[in-house]
Amino acid sequence: MTSSDARGAARRALRAGRVLTGLGLLAVAAAYVRAIAFTGIEAVQGPAQKIMYVHVPSAWCAFLAFGLVGICSGLFLWLGDRRLDTFSEASAEVGVVLTGLVLITGPMWGKPIWGTWWQWEPRLTSTLFLFFLFVGYLTLRRTMFDPAERARYSAVVGILGAMLVPFIHLSVYMFRTIHPRPVVLNPEGPTMPGSFVATLLSSLAAFTLLYLGLVTMRYGLGRLRELREARHVPAA
Amino acid sequence: MKSALPGTIAAAMIIAGKDLRSELRRRTALVSAVVFAALILVIFNFARDPTALRAEQLAPSAFWITCAFAAVTALSRAFAVELEHGALDGLLLAPVPREALFLGKFLGNLTFVFVVESIALPLFVLFFNVSLKGALPGIILVAVLATVGFVAVGTVFSALTARVRFNELMLPVLLLPFMLPPLAGAAQVTAALLNGRPLVESAGWLRLLLVYDITFVTLSVLIFPSLFDE
Repeated sequence: MTSSDARGAARRALRAGRVLTGLGLLAVAAAYVRAIAFTGIEAVQGPAQKIMYVHVPSAWCAFLAFGLVGICSGLFLWLGDRRLDTFSEASAEVGVVLTGLVLITGPMWGKPIWGTWWQWEPRLTSTLFLFFLFVGYLTLRRTMFDPAERARYSAVVGILGAMLVPFIHLSVYMFRTIHPRPVVLNPEGPTMPGSFVATLLSSLAAFTLLYLGLVTMRYGLGRLRELREARHVPAA
Repeated sequence: MKSALPGTIAAAMIIAGKDLRSELRRRTALVSAVVFAALILVIFNFARDPTALRAEQLAPSAFWITCAFAAVTALSRAFAVELEHGALDGLLLAPVPREALFLGKFLGNLTFVFVVESIALPLFVLFFNVSLKGALPGIILVAVLATVGFVAVGTVFSALTARVRFNELMLPVLLLPFMLPPLAGAAQVTAALLNGRPLVESAGWLRLLLVYDITFVTLSVLIFPSLFDE
């Protein structure tokens, strides 16, 4: 692929990302309207339960984002395609934002319902450590100049980090847990009314769309930056 | 690579031996790591409210946090020393598989951390007034299980951060999340043992630590060579 082809592809990714992000934002807004105006109020938790429609979808998308970082890091070490590295970086950045959203909305819900902002509970702790791991991952990327070396090093961290998350989850699970049981994917079927599930699923779809939009946009930008750097720095 | 397994192990032993020999001759790292560990143990004793918390209650956490920090200081120089006089280039040029380089460094670091832990343990008994009667074999077992896994990841990160800016900061930032499962397990098992509970009760933790070790040692051996793929 010539460099002008590559630039064209990167610009197309950026444009597609913008469109997807716009659609994602609209879908998130629609899901909010549905959650606030057209979905019942939960009997025990009251309006606080509505935070779930933001909290759960961002958590799912955050784990998706970091799962993809792990997979793309592995594929990068195997295939050596720099685009996989650029995608990992994009996905990690969006993932950090989503994890931040989870960590902000969680305590907002926890204070009225649990009576405490924070609990050392497996899912909370795994999410927090996911956040630390990928802030570390992005920090490492910032401290390195050589693109090839940076790609290799961050792929190593990405793979090890993705493998660590289940272990953190398990080890915190051995402490006591008070987090609500999964309300959709549990063996006895959903424990929520159907309209709640529908709202949650539409919110999940909206957030996934938003994630895809942001990550595509960030990927296009990353590619453009790389191609620009490659033009100014002659290959060593 | 598989047919060369004995050669790989022999090369790993040579690299580990070289590291430990140079450590024994200089002793600066070992002495400073031990002094560092002793200082943390002492500081821990004063960083508590003596009317609310007895030293014994803090003992397992103090011991394991001390070991973790001492290990990070040890790991941070494992590859940094190789950068002096271009020693790392020599190692990389040597006709040995990269896996051997990893295993050698890993064994060297592991020995170093074990030595620091075994010096810190009597100090811990002294400062925190705990009795190891009957608990010692269990504590040794959990120390081995807890240390192996994070030293493997730490060896990879040590190589990775040696040539990075802010390496003294990057290593702990990357490595401390990986210490959560081993430290949580080690502290829980140690606390149970010090309270006179039998080791069998902690089987769940020991199993988790074992799986952690197997996963991360394997992954580290496989992934380490890709750091140097030029």
